[in-house]
Amino acid sequence: MRAVVLVRPKDGILDPQGQAVESSLRQLGFAVGEARVGRIVDLEVESNDVTVARAEVERMCEQLLANPLIESYEIELRGDAG
Amino acid sequence: MTSPQPRIGVLRFPGACDDRDALWALSALDAEALFVWHTETELPHLDAVLLPGGFSYGDYLRCGAIARFAPAMKAVAAFASEGGLVLGVCNGFQILCEAGLLPGVLRRNESLSFVCRDVPLVVERTDTPFTSRCAEGECLTIPVKHGEGCWFADDALYEELETNRQVVLRYTEPVNGSRNDVAGVVNERGNVMGLMPHPEHAVDPLLGSADGALILSSLVEAARDRYLASV
Repeated sequence: MRAVVLVRPKDGILDPQGQAVESSLRQLGFAVGEARVGRIVDLEVESNDVTVARAEVERMCEQLLANPLIESYEIELRGDAG
Repeated sequence: MTSPQPRIGVLRFPGACDDRDALWALSALDAEALFVWHTETELPHLDAVLLPGGFSYGDYLRCGAIARFAPAMKAVAAFASEGGLVLGVCNGFQILCEAGLLPGVLRRNESLSFVCRDVPLVVERTDTPFTSRCAEGECLTIPVKHGEGCWFADDALYEELETNRQVVLRYTEPVNGSRNDVAGVVNERGNVMGLMPHPEHAVDPLLGSADGALILSSLVEAARDRYLASV
């Protein structure tokens, strides 16, 4: 099963990278509001059981993929699309 | 009789770059400094450990996030929990924060630019094994060189640290966007410290400043005291 983990700066945490992207987009003439930059981790997990896979990926996030002081994460599981 | 040399281990991770300077500086300050490879599961007999600067594991994911799982880091955590002295410099500081041995986290500099220059610091505490040779309120000049030195703690954590007096060094001018200009912190017990500036690059006046020697010789002295207490 594939898992896509989206790690983003927590709400309220200053994101200078996002601010730089936002100001570049404005300079290009796009009317954008706040931009924030996160990171995607694409994973292949062995288990095909959704509950097991989710629990496993959650543990990965807690231990390594995200730093809970500054980052939040979302997990999306994708069954084998063949 | 000459005083004994304490044994201080300098941890080496792939991607470290200040390990040799740290070894040299500690030796110059009369310690017996030796390298400890990151795959070691046990530390040799040591009186203190130094985690040097660099870019361990290419700073992948987050700086220090991978290095904290190196086998030697388990041994460092055990060493620290027994009261052993641990000093992390720059990447070493980042690793100690990721490992949960120090509070907070180091983030990308607010400016997004790499900062490489001498910075002025004020010593907030001298009752630590890392600052005993400094005077309270003393201003030190020590270089920084980092892209991710912006120390962050949320309000609750920061308040707790202030109450416990865990901020040891502060920049006296904006450097990287660190919360309240924090440059170095200790753990609650006071035996683990991390700082972004590089004392090992400032132990000889020829290099512009010898203020870093105050930090490292404090460590050497504290390590020697621990050694003498153990024999």
